[in-house]
Amino acid sequence: MTDLLSVQGLTKAYPGVVANDDVSFSIAPGEIHALLGENGAGKSTLVKMVYGLVKPDTGKMELFGKPFAPPEPRSARAAGVAMVFQHFSLFEALTVAENVGLGMENPPPLGQLSREIREVSHAYGLPLDPRRLVGDLSAGERQRVEIVRCLLQDPKLLIMDEPTSVLTPQEVEILFATLNKLKAEGTSILYISHKLEEIRALCDGATILRRGKVVASCDPRENSAAELAELMVGEALQVPDRAPGETGKVVLTVAGLTSEHVDTFGTKLQNIGFEVRAGEVLGIGGVAGNGQDELLSALSGETIGSPETVRFRGKPVGHLPPNARRRLGMLSAPEERLGHAAAPDMSLVENAILSGWQRQKLTSGGGFLRWGAARSFAEEIIAAFDVRTPGAHVAARALSGGNLQKFVIGREMLQRPDLLIVNQPTWGVDASAAAAIRQALLDLASAGAAVVVISQDLDELMEVSDRFAALNAGHLSAPKPARGLSMEQIGLMLGGAHDMDVANPDEAHHIIETYEEGHP
Amino acid sequence: MIRLEKRPTPSRAWTYATPVLAVALTMLAGGLMFAALGKNPFLAIKTIFYDPILGEFAFYYRGQLLVKAGPLILIAVGLAMGFKAGIWNIGAEGQYIMGAIFGAAVGLAFYPAEHWYIFPLMVIAGAIGGLLWAMIPALLKVKFNTNEILVSLLLVYVAEQLLAAMALGALRNPDATGFPGSRNLQQYPAASNPEIWAGTGIHMGVVAALIAVIFAYILLSRHLMGFHIQLAGQSPKAARFGGVNPTALVVFCMGLSGALAGLAGMFEVTGPAGQIAISFNSGYGFTAIIVAFLGRLHPIGILLAGLLMALTYIGGEAAQATLQIPAAAIQAFQGMLLFFLLGVDVLSNYRIRLVKEGVA
Repeated sequence: MTDLLSVQGLTKAYPGVVANDDVSFSIAPGEIHALLGENGAGKSTLVKMVYGLVKPDTGKMELFGKPFAPPEPRSARAAGVAMVFQHFSLFEALTVAENVGLGMENPPPLGQLSREIREVSHAYGLPLDPRRLVGDLSAGERQRVEIVRCLLQDPKLLIMDEPTSVLTPQEVEILFATLNKLKAEGTSILYISHKLEEIRALCDGATILRRGKVVASCDPRENSAAELAELMVGEALQVPDRAPGETGKVVLTVAGLTSEHVDTFGTKLQNIGFEVRAGEVLGIGGVAGNGQDELLSALSGETIGSPETVRFRGKPVGHLPPNARRRLGMLSAPEERLGHAAAPDMSLVENAILSGWQRQKLTSGGGFLRWGAARSFAEEIIAAFDVRTPGAHVAARALSGGNLQKFVIGREMLQRPDLLIVNQPTWGVDASAAAAIRQALLDLASAGAAVVVISQDLDELMEVSDRFAALNAGHLSAPKPARGLSMEQIGLMLGGAHDMDVANPDEAHHIIETYEEGHP
Repeated sequence: MIRLEKRPTPSRAWTYATPVLAVALTMLAGGLMFAALGKNPFLAIKTIFYDPILGEFAFYYRGQLLVKAGPLILIAVGLAMGFKAGIWNIGAEGQYIMGAIFGAAVGLAFYPAEHWYIFPLMVIAGAIGGLLWAMIPALLKVKFNTNEILVSLLLVYVAEQLLAAMALGALRNPDATGFPGSRNLQQYPAASNPEIWAGTGIHMGVVAALIAVIFAYILLSRHLMGFHIQLAGQSPKAARFGGVNPTALVVFCMGLSGALAGLAGMFEVTGPAGQIAISFNSGYGFTAIIVAFLGRLHPIGILLAGLLMALTYIGGEAAQATLQIPAAAIQAFQGMLLFFLLGVDVLSNYRIRLVKEGVA
């Protein structure tokens, strides 16, 4: 049987780095093939070459045994290759059907397109209403729009880049059912993920990349997650551990926090209240777009409100701007690294000044910058958090997402916060770096700081949290001790029926059960 | 096939090399244009770029060079601070006029007294005049989120009407039997801004421009305020995270650029211009926008760009007079300079790669 796609000796070099070095692998028809690797291992470059976004320097590809060298994504799509990106490219102010139409070469009339969307989405178990505004959809539903857009092109090979990073366990289950259905129909899937359990449950074959080279090809079902991780990282993984210690005084008290949404499609926080004590990690779960960004900016001081809504060590701080809160010891790291936590075109030294100038004393009297001290601080972060960069002078945008994330988290941690609030601390970060970041968060709590981790990754939250709460449509559930929480309880806290296409509780129960089976 | 590849970090070498390349390309394309007009291109280029500095009558032109470059640089330095922060003060011309009116009015109020403190008071008044005029768009933006581009620009025309009203009304020379225009401040020593060294063109405004360049350089490269200005311009969301107060930044940048434009107007009315007249303003406030961008919004760049811009004006006038090159051709020539500068700018952020077709 000929391979659907075969890649031989693909090499792509960028100035200063070889992204892909003599990469070869192949995918059979109807195979779900995993592409595994740390950040910067070259996965993105590889799939971009298959999708025609990047041209390889040397090497060749074959599709159905015929030479395949797409000069641009359009010809890759014409040949039957479709891709669902990690970041969606959708217009929030347009409807589902309009968004799908915009991505097509020759879109049919809107009425016919809506019919097709409804048919395809139901056939694959991804119900979508073509008339709804994308701005009103959850992240999971938005991903469905992207998938349906691809499916309408009747692809032979579907590339999915980190598709589950924004999904609830229930949504993951639905996605996997769809992918298996596609597979049964003979469509091949190239699946990129860091989540090893997921890959073991779903994929038939795996190619593991490390520093641009293929280090192994294997059947993920025959290897344990730990083995896969070791192949990926090249060393044994450290699992964060911490004995739950004594918790101290209340550090952060939030009461009656209600925010106006910042932009049209933002989420309004609804009377949020919780406490965090010194030495404790509070995990806040929930699907993206349920108020995470708004909560973080209310705690960081980017949006301010009445003084009493946020108290730090009993002192009302709800009205204080970010720098006043930093002086007190309240630090934060937002989710969006490039353009929010860091300025893309500024160097790492400048980005170290961005949030660190007060506590690290990077200015002298009169506000003059101490560049030498700033450079040492940046270098300290780079060394302590294993940020892979040619140096501190490099612009933030030149770093891979995972490395920049390590820098951003490290910048806040090294400032010895009394309270650290992080949103999606390990989003898009490779397994070993994610483990290091989680360990650092736990160490910080052990050292007596209060930590709030906002994340969509439930495994991560279960690993680090002492107590767990869930955000749903701007409401925060009452925090519960994380130890002993069952998946079912978590599912209910996440607001089970929110955005799910399950009407009755029995069905929800069933889905949660299937999830638990897949994830012991 | 030629392809542009984005550089991971902007090229430092090209940032410095592109202005030189742009001037060279302007000379080439401008020379072709002059040749097409039947003029000797080499002579024309020499008349524009060489004669004002080193030619036979350079002793006259050199002074003119600084007289023209001074206000351009002073205004452009202030504007660049705002532009770097993403705050677009397009109304420097109006602030320039208001600075001149305020400065002249304070001086004329003392006429004919002779005190050492009159001129310093006029300097302060000039800065305040420009600052207040810039505060109108700044406060409207802060309070009502109006667009500062439109408000500051339209206020230029209001300022021009005020200027005419002053020249015809309150500030009109009472001894001039009905002619519009104020008393000539050059003939009022306590309120005048003469050349510091005769024949050099250096007056207090030129000195102020140089001080502004140094001040801006230190602000941008050494001070937290300069860091926040650049942060806000490059990444507004990161700036909010970094605790930059957008309101304070708008007020600071508009205020600074307004005050510097006001100073430029004040030094002009007390020096080279001499009096408040209906036709006092000559577009320095608008040309300074070009100078700011020509100089890459960098203080040292602005210093050089201001001198270059002044050179093309003076050399251009000389070429019109001696070679009978039409004024429109000179303007086209100046336009080419800006065009090439912005055009080759792409080289600092992108590299050009020659790619053979069909490489897989």
